[in-house]
Amino acid sequence: MKRFVGFIKKEFYHIFRDRRSLFILFGMPVAQILLFGFAITNEINNVDIAVLDQAKDATSKEIINKIAASKHFSIIDIIEQESSIEAIFKKGKVKAVLQFDNNFGSNLIKYQQTTVQILIDATDPNMANTINNYITAILKNYQSDINDNVTLNYQIIPKSRMVYNAELKSVYMFVPGVMTVILMLVSAMMTSISITREKEQGTMEILLVSPLKPFQVIIGKVFPYIFLSVINALVIVLLSIFIFNVPVNGSFILLGFESVLFIITSLALGILISTISATQQTAMMISLMGLMLPTILLSGFIFPISSMPLPLQVISNIIPAKWFIIIVKGIMLKGVGIGFILKETLILVVMTMVFIGISVKKYKIRLE
Amino acid sequence: MKTQNVIQVEGLTKMFGDFTAVNAITFEVKKGEIFGFLGANGAGKTTAMKMLIGISSPTSGLAKVAGFDVYKETESIKKNIGYMSQKFALYDDLTVKENITFFGGIYGLSKKQINQKRSELVEELGLVDVTNSLVSSLPLGWKQKLAFSVSLIHNPKIVFLDEPTGGVDPITRRQFWEMIYNAAHKGTTIFVTTHYMDEAEYCDRVSIMVNGKIEALDTPKKLKEQYKTDSMNDVFLKLARG
Repeated sequence: MKRFVGFIKKEFYHIFRDRRSLFILFGMPVAQILLFGFAITNEINNVDIAVLDQAKDATSKEIINKIAASKHFSIIDIIEQESSIEAIFKKGKVKAVLQFDNNFGSNLIKYQQTTVQILIDATDPNMANTINNYITAILKNYQSDINDNVTLNYQIIPKSRMVYNAELKSVYMFVPGVMTVILMLVSAMMTSISITREKEQGTMEILLVSPLKPFQVIIGKVFPYIFLSVINALVIVLLSIFIFNVPVNGSFILLGFESVLFIITSLALGILISTISATQQTAMMISLMGLMLPTILLSGFIFPISSMPLPLQVISNIIPAKWFIIIVKGIMLKGVGIGFILKETLILVVMTMVFIGISVKKYKIRLE
Repeated sequence: MKTQNVIQVEGLTKMFGDFTAVNAITFEVKKGEIFGFLGANGAGKTTAMKMLIGISSPTSGLAKVAGFDVYKETESIKKNIGYMSQKFALYDDLTVKENITFFGGIYGLSKKQINQKRSELVEELGLVDVTNSLVSSLPLGWKQKLAFSVSLIHNPKIVFLDEPTGGVDPITRRQFWEMIYNAAHKGTTIFVTTHYMDEAEYCDRVSIMVNGKIEALDTPKKLKEQYKTDSMNDVFLKLARG
C-alpha cells in the first residue's frame, strides 16, 4: 500500500509538471463546453432578412410586423423592386427575402387563399431548412389568428409538444456529447500516452524489474486519471447546470456511477492502446484517429444514428460513447432510473471486461 | 562451494518461434565478482539478461539467481537484484530527491531508511546543491552515476548493468568504473554487459557470446593468452569472425 501511494504521488508530479497535459486535462473541458454551448448551435437568432412588399396592404403589414417582432429574425432591408433581390443575396447581406405580390391581400379576401414567396439562401442547407420552418410557423400562427372566429368543418390540428427539451435548446444535446468526448479523451489518450512514455524512456523496464507486479504498475498509472476524470465530469455537469441551465432530472448518484463506469471503460481502452503502441506519438495518433473521430461522428453526438447508412449503424454499436450518451441523456434530460438504462450499462461493463482481457493478454505476450 | 555462486546457469535456452536467441548457455558467477557479459549486437546478451532478471521466461534450461529459480521465484529474484539499463532510466521531470524517494519506495524501504540513504547518496555523488533540481537539468554523466546509485538503493545482492556507459565521456566512464569497483568491494556482485573492450579488461571474468552461444569464458588475462594477443579487442574480433 505504501508503495502504491508513492507511485501515485509520482504520477501526479508527472501530470502537474507537464503544462501540455495540464491544459488538456483542465483547459479542454471548460473550453469545449463553452464553445459547444455558446457558439455551435442549431438555433437561429437574429437572422437578417429583407422584405419586398408590393402589396402594402393591411395583411402584409401585419405579417411583416409579426416577423419583425420575433427574436429569430431582423428585417434589415425593405426593397422596392424584384430586380434587387438577386443583388442583395449576392452581397450576402441577408439569408432570406420575403416577397408579397400586388394582390396578396385582395386574393385572400377574394379566393380565401393567397401566396407569399419565401426565397432562402441555401448555401447552408441546414440553416435554410430551419429558416423555412421558422417563417412557415409564423405564417401558420397568423393564419390561425385570423381564422379564430370562423369554424371550418373537419380539421386536423397538430398539437406538438416538445418533451424533455421544451425550448429545443441545442446545448441539451451537446452537454452529454461533450462530457463523453472529454472523458474519453482524458482517460484513454492521457493514460495511453503516459504508459508509452515510460516505455519510451526505459523506465517501464526498471519498474518491471522492481518487486512491483505488472498490474500494480498499470493500476498505479491509471488511478490518478480516474480521479482527475471524475473531477472533470463534475466540472462539466456544474457548468451545464449553472451556465446553460441544463437540468439533471435523474439521480446525481446514478450519473456519478455511470460516469465512473465509462471512465473505466475509457481507461481500459487507453491501456489497450498503450500495449500496441511503442511511442507516445503512435499512442496519440491511435487515440485521436481511432477513438476521437468515431466518438464524435458515430456515437450519435452530432449526427443521429438512425439516419446513418446501415453499415455505419452497425459499427456504431461497438462504440462505447454511443451507449454512454444514451445513458447521460436518459439520466439528465429524461430523469430515468437504472431500470431504463440497464442494457446500456451492461454493454459498457462487458466492453470494459473485453478491453481489459485483451490488454492483459497482450501485456503478457510483450513480456515474453 | 556452490553457495558461493550467486548466479548459476545451466543450458539456458530461449527460442522465439524457430529462432534460437539464446542457445544452451552455461556459466556461474561468484559472489562479489565483476562479470563481463560481452557480445556483438544481436548475439543474445539482452535476451539472456532478461531471463536472469525475471522479466522473460526461459524456453528450457536451469538458472538460479541469488539462490532463486528463474521460473518460479521471479518475485524473490526481483527483490534481490538491482538493474540499470542502457537507456538512462530515472524520471527527468522529477527532482533528484523525488527520484531517490520513489525508487526507495517501490523497493519497500521505510521513510527513515530512504532519508538516510538519500543523504548518503547525494553526499557521495556531490549532488547536495542540486537535490531539489529536476534530473533533466543534470549533465549525462551525473545522471548515469545517480542511476547506478539508485539501482543499489535496496542493497541488492547482484546488480545487472546493461551497457551502463553508453554515450558517456572517458573521464566519467573511469569514475563510473570506480563506483562499480567500490560496490563489488562491498560484496555486491556485478553483472555487466558492454560494447567497450577496454572495459572488459576491468572485469574479473568475461564471457563472450556469439550467435546465442557462449564461445569463451575466462579472466581477461587467460583469454588473451589463449588467443595469443594483447588486447581484448582482438580476442573479441577473432571470436566474432569465427
